[in-house]
Amino acid sequence: MGAAPAQDSCVTCHSALDDAAKGPAALIKNDVHIAHGLSCADCHGGDRTSDDPEVSMSKAKGFKGKPARTDIPKFCASCHSNPDFMRKYAPQERVDQFELYQTSVHGKRLAGGDTAVATCIDCHSVHDIRSVKDTMSPVYPLRVPETCSRCHSDQQKMAPYKIPTNQFEQYKTSVHWAALTKRGDLSAPTCASCHGNHGAKPPQVGSVSDVCGTCHVLFDQLYQKSAHKAVFSGAGGGGGCMVCHSNHGIQNPSTKMLAGATSVCSGCHEQGTPQAKTAAQMASWIDGLDGALKQSETVLTSAEKYGMEVSEAQVRLIDGRENLVKAQLALHSMQPADMQKPIDLGMAIAKDTLQAGQDALHEKDIRRYGLAVSVILIAIAMFAVRTLIRRIENGKQAELPKTL
Amino acid sequence: MGNNLSSTEFKAKTLDWLDERTGWRMVRDLMDHKVVPIHAGTKWYYFGGITLFLFGVQIFTGVLLLLYYRPTVAEAFDSVRFLMTRVEFGWLIRSIHSWSANLLILSAFIHMFSVVFTHAYRRPRELTWLSGIVLLGLLLGFGFSGYLLPWNQISYFATKVGTDVAGTMPVAGPTLSRFLRGGEDVGGATLTRFFDFHVIILPLIAFGLVGLHVLLVQKHGMSTPSDIPPEKVAQMKFFPNFFLRELVVWYGVLAVLGTLAAIFPWELGEKADPFASAPAGIRPEWYFLAQFYTLKLIPSHVWILEGELLGLFGFGALAAGWVLLPFWAAGRHKLASGVGVFLICYLAAFTFLGYVK
Repeated sequence: MGAAPAQDSCVTCHSALDDAAKGPAALIKNDVHIAHGLSCADCHGGDRTSDDPEVSMSKAKGFKGKPARTDIPKFCASCHSNPDFMRKYAPQERVDQFELYQTSVHGKRLAGGDTAVATCIDCHSVHDIRSVKDTMSPVYPLRVPETCSRCHSDQQKMAPYKIPTNQFEQYKTSVHWAALTKRGDLSAPTCASCHGNHGAKPPQVGSVSDVCGTCHVLFDQLYQKSAHKAVFSGAGGGGGCMVCHSNHGIQNPSTKMLAGATSVCSGCHEQGTPQAKTAAQMASWIDGLDGALKQSETVLTSAEKYGMEVSEAQVRLIDGRENLVKAQLALHSMQPADMQKPIDLGMAIAKDTLQAGQDALHEKDIRRYGLAVSVILIAIAMFAVRTLIRRIENGKQAELPKTL
Repeated sequence: MGNNLSSTEFKAKTLDWLDERTGWRMVRDLMDHKVVPIHAGTKWYYFGGITLFLFGVQIFTGVLLLLYYRPTVAEAFDSVRFLMTRVEFGWLIRSIHSWSANLLILSAFIHMFSVVFTHAYRRPRELTWLSGIVLLGLLLGFGFSGYLLPWNQISYFATKVGTDVAGTMPVAGPTLSRFLRGGEDVGGATLTRFFDFHVIILPLIAFGLVGLHVLLVQKHGMSTPSDIPPEKVAQMKFFPNFFLRELVVWYGVLAVLGTLAAIFPWELGEKADPFASAPAGIRPEWYFLAQFYTLKLIPSHVWILEGELLGLFGFGALAAGWVLLPFWAAGRHKLASGVGVFLICYLAAFTFLGYVK
């Protein structure tokens, strides 16, 4: 299979047809396969060199035509599951997509004859298939949520499966969506990051923390040794991390989740119980450190605005913030003792940096006073010299020291 | 009385002894005879003195900075930060050095334009003008080389841009860029070189030229405007009358310098990170801003020439014309004043646009 000939009868003839039949010919110019020198006939068979439709689309020439929906995965897999073939075009590309697809909910249902489920072309499009790295591709990280939502937000389409259709709406309120779209962080999780892509299926209750833990490694390690693990991730549990953080609409965590009548903890632990008191204690530690660091930051920013050099303290403040994050992380073991060290270190840094900021502001005041005194002294000196000039020019040179 | 007499005699003999060996009375005679013309433009004479005063401030504060500054990539930034945060009055010395550098260049520009508008460049002061212009160039060189020394993010990238521009010069450009950088890119070798330029090479040349410039001013005396006949110009003794007035002005400049340093301490910024992307809106110091903005406005290609190259040719031609001003402006003083006005308008407008755009 070499480069496509300059003249491809498939494109030539289909371009001359009406809109519906022209479709593939109009779309194919952007297709990644064409860019790699492949042609329509490499997928659909037939003889692209013949202008006669009877010849070019004859079964004798291997013409396969349009595959049935149930055959599409196998149709694509004929090349994409062939390592020797793929090595020529995309040597780093995986070749297990078809195998994974067969384990997915989509694949299993398709095998059962449900042609409404997603096949390769529903996510990757057809005839204008683009590389995953192409920003126009429907499976480019920024576009994955929208691509999944085309079906999963469609109430009519999802009705037979009795699954919710609000995932995309919830996801758009989440920290992950913000990281993906506002910060442009392409590594931020999309649907495929948690559910898989070719092997897409919902994580089971017991494996939610494993899924979250692929990115939030340390949080998962602490959760694994917490008392919550047995309850949340066990049979009948709420699904590990999801119990407190939800799934698609994950928000920025705050201490409001820990303490108060509307906190997440209060859903299981009544006010006044030892567990609720521990949660309130942990919330107060975090709020205390956060408040202390913010106070230091305000003072240092103020000093910086006056032009004071406080960069060392500002760098230390970053250490303070890191200790706050460590404390928030340690919280997931639900052992207050684990939080003690980062809280103490963070508070010490907050105290030092606050002192550094206040010292800088005090130094600023001293500089201003020093400036005022210096300017007054300079003004006196100027006045004295001016007086000396007047005396000289008023003919009082006699009173001046004699020149040598 | 006898003691007084012998004391006077002793003093006279000592001074005679010194004069025989140093000729110091010649300097005293010079000072006694030096006069300053009094007319409407006398105030412009102060700017020569202000420039000299600020040059002295630069030497004084520069020597103090050298006590702590370390010219290596690993230590430069930290040594300046140490100076500003741990050394008593270190912040003041650095701020005064930085502010004084800027005021020095501003003062030198004012001094230069005052010479143009009073036509003080005319015969026989051509060499005074030339030495002054070279000194201004040296001051810009001091500014460019000193800017990199704190090794912060802004100075690193500004030097990168500056040496890139030098590299676009035809024929010698790439060699000049490599010479300035000490390699292909701005790095440790550039810092060492710039430090060398800033504290040894440029000061040595500048000391010689300042001496020559002052000597020439001394030889020819202060110029009077061409439209006033010399015999009608009133005069004031340089010492002590004018000198004391200059002293008052210097005190004023010192007060301004102290105020700027105390209220707007020169910031240090972040340590240079060659792997970071260039800070947004990066631009050179104000005295290079007009040229920088002009280069930005020139299209990338004009006819068969590269835009940057065309800009450099333009600046080169302008600089050459300006240096040769006393020769082509002899008898064409109105034209020289017109060119001066045009140049001020251009520099002011493009510097302003360079800031706001």
